[in-house]
This record gives sequence, structure tokens and C-alpha cells, in this order.
Amino acid sequence: MTTPAAVAPRIEIKPIAQARTGGGRRLKTRNQIVLQLMCLAIGSTVLFPIVWIVGMSLDPRNISRPDSLIPPGANFDAYARVLQRPTLNPVSFFQLALNSLTLAVVISALSVGLGVLAAYSFSRMKFRFREFMMLLILAVLMLPAVATVGALYINLNRIAIGDFRLGGSLLGVALAVTSTQLPFAIWNMKGYLDTIPKELEEAAVVDGAGKFQTFLHVVLPLATPVLAVTALFGFIAGWTEFLLAQVFIVGDPSQWTLAVALNALVGQYAGSTPWSTFAAFAVLFALPVMVVYLLLQRWIVSGLTVGGVKG
Amino acid sequence: MTAVAASPAVAPRRSWRQRTETTRTAYLFLLPALLVMAIITFYPLVFQIWMAFTDFQLKNLRPGSPGPNIVGLQNFTRILDSNIVIPNFDFLRILTFNLFWAFSNVIIHVVLGVAIALVLNVDGLKFKRIWRAVYILPIAIPPIIVATVWRNMFDPQYGAVNQAINGTIGVLFKLPPFQLDWLNEPNPILAVGPLVLPLAYFALLAANIWLGWPLNSVVATGALQSIPKDLYEAAEMDGAGYWDRLKTVTLPFLRPAMLPFAIYGFVVTFNLFTLSYFMSGGGPFGQTELLVTIGYRLVQEQHLYAVAAAFAIFQFFILLAITLATNKLARATASFDA
Repeated sequence: MTTPAAVAPRIEIKPIAQARTGGGRRLKTRNQIVLQLMCLAIGSTVLFPIVWIVGMSLDPRNISRPDSLIPPGANFDAYARVLQRPTLNPVSFFQLALNSLTLAVVISALSVGLGVLAAYSFSRMKFRFREFMMLLILAVLMLPAVATVGALYINLNRIAIGDFRLGGSLLGVALAVTSTQLPFAIWNMKGYLDTIPKELEEAAVVDGAGKFQTFLHVVLPLATPVLAVTALFGFIAGWTEFLLAQVFIVGDPSQWTLAVALNALVGQYAGSTPWSTFAAFAVLFALPVMVVYLLLQRWIVSGLTVGGVKG
Repeated sequence: MTAVAASPAVAPRRSWRQRTETTRTAYLFLLPALLVMAIITFYPLVFQIWMAFTDFQLKNLRPGSPGPNIVGLQNFTRILDSNIVIPNFDFLRILTFNLFWAFSNVIIHVVLGVAIALVLNVDGLKFKRIWRAVYILPIAIPPIIVATVWRNMFDPQYGAVNQAINGTIGVLFKLPPFQLDWLNEPNPILAVGPLVLPLAYFALLAANIWLGWPLNSVVATGALQSIPKDLYEAAEMDGAGYWDRLKTVTLPFLRPAMLPFAIYGFVVTFNLFTLSYFMSGGGPFGQTELLVTIGYRLVQEQHLYAVAAAFAIFQFFILLAITLATNKLARATASFDA
């Protein structure tokens, strides 16, 4: 790497004493203003779509299309309509949200539970075909879910008990999404477990604890941050899953999730939906994820970077 | 690797149970995850390979229906000849667009992400915390919402984009109402050989830039904060100005963190279903379709399961080639000045 010493000295050399005073550096007022304006410009492009959609959701005129950013006489009528009956089907927003929540919780629990067991064995044990298994799991990370959706749909439909078809149920969707979540979950958790000192487990083994007891009582409590992050990612993946849900359960409106309903509202083959309805639906759909994300922001960064890819 | 099998050369031979104890425990821990992945991912992959050589259709889905016929390579040649029922399907054009889409996005994401991280990293900048909190918002919004909201914003008559143009430039220069149909304008902006870029591409690009740079910025900020401060001080002693320090200290330190992330971003963007499907619907004339949206349409809209299986095999090899190429690129640039 080129070291800073290699930098050619510039013609104009400033007096060293002026370079730094104390810890924080003073910025020239002109530079401060220029940078603040830049930040403001960037910030307004970030906020613009959000303000637009929130403004639209408050539009009281129930017209199909709004014409100003903040509508006159804003109210929550659109929200009331969305909560009561968002789509043409007699299904309430609450029912849709409950389906999404079920999906999210099951995926979250499965990807943490199954993932951490696998991650632990990769992190702590030496066994036959270990490298091969790790590569096999990592290879799946590359594959988009859509690449196997046809074969998956066909085969899950063959697993049926009475009226229940796995290929036509939320449980089928949950298993399918879990499988797409597992490779990243396993790799990220293995990276984190690698950073936990082995001495603690060795001490537990000396005290007579078995492999599984050690895992349960020593390793798991120490891995809480990465478990939380994996759970959060699983939750968000489940809450927003569209593709697999659409293929599996679109035929049964009582099982619809928020994403499937959104597609029915404004997807390619949807009829015209008042923009305020769509906007209110979008806000209600996005809000839980945003709140959880912003609350857990610190954890997300640490859980992703501690064991993550080191450059 | 196989320490279990190799170790007992001198020691008295232990029983099979003793020798394989760790391996058996390890697989016990792996079993649940492997079971789910075997059913959901690995078995369908193998099934898919068989299916690609058959004429599996909707009628074969019914229980008790006769199995499909073997048709050899017909599905593969149909795809390469662009001879499938999806209108405006042209394999080479879609592949070219897909590659260009991923490439152009990732470059802009990384450059913008790093640039904005640098701005926020300037010593003495005020309100840093507020700006960082605002800039993280796009990451927290589900992509499906982002896609539908941006499609709405590009509406020709009442969309936010055209209204914003009307409200600023339009008012200033007293222009007639600006009603550009961003997502459906049929004449491509650029058409060179198999690369066709309609106006919708730029609309998708705008939405995806909005969606993509913040995460790059987070990663770059993390890397920036890990650069030792004394390197900057040493550079300053040598009389290096801001840009010199940027070139000799900052960027070399950023690369090892940004490169793996850029590769990851490339694969994610290459397979980005939501924007193409929900914003432009692949239009106009299928010019913004991606491999993933075509794969989805083959299954969900056309029910051509066999063709979809063959298509997925193409997708797999294309992704494999991309991974190998990017890994090589990563290694080549990593050893450049290490």
C-alpha cells in the first residue's frame, strides 16, 4: 500500500501549529454552510417520497388522484377505509396483518433456531465434509428464490393431508422463505460465534456439561446480539415477502398477506384504486418495519459487523 | 479437514462409535437446517433439472395425471431462439439489459455512498446525527412499498415527479404542463445492438439509487471510522492537502470494505424483482424485464413449468459466471498494491 510518506510535498506549506487545536477541528464558516446545504439537498431527496406518500394518505377528497403535496382539509378517512376493507375481498386489514405477522414470526423463529444450531456446529466442531457443507449452503445464497419456485410449488402441493396442501398454505410459504434466509443466517451467526472465546465452553465441559448443555447455557446467551439481528431480518423478510406468497396463496384470500393485498391494489393487473387508499395502505404496511428498524439500528450494525466479512 | 479420520495412526484403534462421535454430534446440530434446505432448495433444484427436459405443464399438476413427456433440449433451444409465449421476449436483449442494470446501479450506489459518507465524516460538521438518522430511512422501508410509491410518483399526469418539474421549471419559464410518461414512453433513449435503454430504465434507476446508496454509505462510514487517525496526521505533516489524503489514505482503506459489499450488491441488484415488476411492469415492450421477472412470469402467468426450469438453469450458470468473474476481479484488485 502506498504510505502517506510517498506524497509529494506541496509547494505551499502551512505552519504546523495552525493545523490542529485540541480534539475537534473547526470548520470554516463558508465550508460549514456549503456542506450543510449539500446535506439538506440530499436529505430532501430522501424525504420527498416519504412526505409525498404521507400527504397523499391524508387527502380527504377521495379523488383518484391528488394535485398538491399537502392536501387541504387533511384527515384520516383513508386510513379508516383501509383498516376496514382494503381490497375487494371481505378481508380486513387486521386479518391481512395477522397473516403477515404469523409468517414473519414463524420465519424469524425458524431461521434463528435452525440457523444457530448449524452455525454452532460449523464454528466449533471439526467433522467430515465440513468445508463441503459450508460451500453447499453458501452456494444457495446466490440463487434467487424465483429460480426454484416452479419445482417447489409442484412438490409442496404433493404434500397434502386431507384438504390441507403445504403448497397452498402460509406454512409452505414460511418454510420456503426460511430456506432462502438460512444461508445468510448461518454464515452471519457462524462469524459471530467464531468471536466468542472457546475457553468459556471448555470450562463448562470440565464442570461436566454436555455439548448441547454448553451450547444452550454458555454460547446462546453470549450470542444474543446476532440472534436478535437474525430474528429481525427473518421478521422483515416474512412481513414483506411477495413472490413466494403470491405463487402459493393468491387463490385463497383468507390467507392473503399485506404484500399480496398490495399487489391486488396496485399491481400490474389491479383495477383503479384511489391513491389515498393505496397511500394509507403503504404507510400502515411500512410503519411497523420502520419503527422496529430504527429502534434496533445500533444492534443491526454491530450484529452485522462483529463477525462479518473482514476486509 | 478430516482430522477425525487422520488422527489415530499411532494410538490404539478406537471403535467406530468413538472415532465418529464429533461428526455425529455435528450432523445432529446441522440436521434441522439441512432437512428444511433439502426439501425446499436442494430437492427442487434436482427436480428442476429433470423437469427442464420434459414438457411439464399445468395439466400435469393434477393428482393422478400422467407424467410429462421427455422432449430433450427443446426448452433450452426455445429460450435461446426467443420462441416462448411471453410477448417481446428476446433472451440476448434481456440478458444484456440485466447485466447493464446491475452494473450501472452498483457503480452509482458505491460512488454516491462513499461520497456522502465522506461528507458526513468531515471533522466539525454540525448536525451529523440528524443527517445520519434521516439518510437511513430508505433502508427501513420495505422494497415493495418503495417500488409502488415510485411508480405512483412517475405517473404522467399527477405524479410527484412531473408536478415537481411543473412547479419549478414550468413556472419559472412559463412552460405548458409537462406530462412525460416516464414508465411507458415507447421510444428508447439509447439502442446499441442488444442494449436498449428506454426512459423507464432511468426512472427505475432513480428509484433504485434512492433505495441503494444509504446502505453503501453505512458500510463506508464504518470503514472510515476504522482508519487510524495518525495516518492523517502523518500525511498532514508531509503537507498533503485534503485531496491528497483522500487519494493516499482514505480510498486505499475503503476498498477492502467496499469491494465485497459491491459484489454482494451486484448480485442483489441483478436479481432485483420488485422494482422492475412493480414500477415498470417490465415495460415498455418488455424492455425493462429482468431474468427474475421473466422466470416468475413463466411460472405464475404462463404455467410453463418446464420452460421455467430450463430458464432457471440458464440463470444459474449466468450467476455462476458472474460470481467467478467478480471473485477473480476482487482477487486481482486486492493484490494490486497489497
